[in-house]
Amino acid sequence: MGASRLGGRAVKSAPYLLSLPALLLFAAIVVVPLAMTVLLSFHDWGQYKGIEPVFILKNWHEVLSDPYYLEMFGRTFRIAFFVTVLSAVFGAPEAYILNRMRSPWRGIFLLVILGPLLISVVARTLGWALLFGGNSGLVNKALMSMGLITAPLPFIVTETGMVVALTHVLMPYMVLAVWAALQGLDPQIENAAVALGAGPFTVLRRIVLPQVTPGILSGAIIVFALAASAFATPAIIGGRRLKVASTLAYDEFLNTLNWPLGATVAVLLLVVLVAIVFGASRLVERRYAQVFG
Amino acid sequence: MSRNGALALGYHALFVVFMLAPILVVCWVAFTPEGFLSFPTDRWSLRWFYAIGRYPEFIAAFWRSLWLGALSSACAVAVSVPAALAIARHRFAGRGAMTALFMSPLMIPHVVLGIAFLRFFTEIGLGGSFTGLVLSHIVIVLPFALRLTLASAVGLDRALEHAAVSLGASEGTVLRRITLPLVLPGLVSGWALAFINSFDEVTMTVFIAAPGTETLPVRMFLYIQDNIDPLVTSVSACVIAVTVAALVVLDRGYGLERLLAGRAGGER
Repeated sequence: MGASRLGGRAVKSAPYLLSLPALLLFAAIVVVPLAMTVLLSFHDWGQYKGIEPVFILKNWHEVLSDPYYLEMFGRTFRIAFFVTVLSAVFGAPEAYILNRMRSPWRGIFLLVILGPLLISVVARTLGWALLFGGNSGLVNKALMSMGLITAPLPFIVTETGMVVALTHVLMPYMVLAVWAALQGLDPQIENAAVALGAGPFTVLRRIVLPQVTPGILSGAIIVFALAASAFATPAIIGGRRLKVASTLAYDEFLNTLNWPLGATVAVLLLVVLVAIVFGASRLVERRYAQVFG
Repeated sequence: MSRNGALALGYHALFVVFMLAPILVVCWVAFTPEGFLSFPTDRWSLRWFYAIGRYPEFIAAFWRSLWLGALSSACAVAVSVPAALAIARHRFAGRGAMTALFMSPLMIPHVVLGIAFLRFFTEIGLGGSFTGLVLSHIVIVLPFALRLTLASAVGLDRALEHAAVSLGASEGTVLRRITLPLVLPGLVSGWALAFINSFDEVTMTVFIAAPGTETLPVRMFLYIQDNIDPLVTSVSACVIAVTVAALVVLDRGYGLERLLAGRAGGER
């Protein structure tokens, strides 16, 4: 619009000027605090002296060698792994079923399944705490009445409970990712397979599954990253006894007040997650480069 | 009514039950007439909804969350619009990196952001302040605002702007009368999505909220840490009701699928 009037140099700087407010905000409120946190992880801390701004590797050495922290990180990624597998196994078929529904139902159930994504995680986890709640929990009652179990299963303060609740919390992301992949699928290919004599399961296995695999994988990356860094759900289900990396960092910051150690745990979680997410994305992209063409 | 077989529909029914069960259970327990957690069957009561009124910290936290969400989403949209126009219309050095930076709050675990903000705000003297809450919420909801404003900026027909210029409109007039009205739907839904995300955010906020500046989810979270009683279920039921109302409005106005489909990350 004003381009011709302003001349070449103004046009070149225009995008930078337009994004300047956001850039300044992010430099001040994201980049600086994150850099300070990385720095904090190298500082020393003592019960009485507080935080000492020195550069030492004490915290990193402690977190990387103490079996207590290794167990915590092991649990974090174990839970994230099971949550990812469960959401892929149960979410992908549901996305496929949703995609085959007729008009009003499709929209309604999409809202029902994706809607929980926007409902407070605290409220949803509270629901699971109520469902699990001790021996009288509804889940145990239902399982026992169906004859699936004889004694109540422990869910609260167990990894099983965390996995179930987190799978519920993150399931919409998986359904969404597979759903998006299904939208790019040409139904004529399925019809062609059927016309050529393929049974429904062959069509699923040979036609649909290979085409939605990139969707499942990208959903899995999102779910894994969010499960490994989830906080409210593990904190409510696991209490203070069963900690994961994020609740451990929270305790170090707000209870023990050992900020440098908490910062180390947080930075390590960030580094490991970024490595896993980028590595996995790379693999997926390379593997499916020809599909995306 | 569909091309799914009976087996598929049975699976679908179980799946829907799984997705809705915890949400419905919270609402169900909220209507208990008892003084303890129980599932009311024959007698229903609103006593726990009235009880919320006796806990001023929940009421105060609710209004604070509302203001925080409205204010930080408005700021996020205000910052996003020029950035979205820049990204949508210009090819410039660092465009990809800049977009990645603006989307990064979706990628960085909120625990890490919470810790970073706690350290930063304490250092600059904003620890536990409402200003700190607003600044941090602007950053974490900006990706949602930017994504939707970007989508409408990309889809904008530039011929309309050229037409306005050729008819003698000044640059300011074009922006005010043509560009902004055209991106308005994206702007409004971007604000709404940002608001919901701010309103529900707990993980990051729990680190930087002080006793006087707790948001509703933080208040609920801290309450649940100590004990779970019917009061917190009635508060949760209210939160769920607010979110469902917002969701229905968003779905009618913009389409939930379109709203969420581009979304690639970020926990509540």
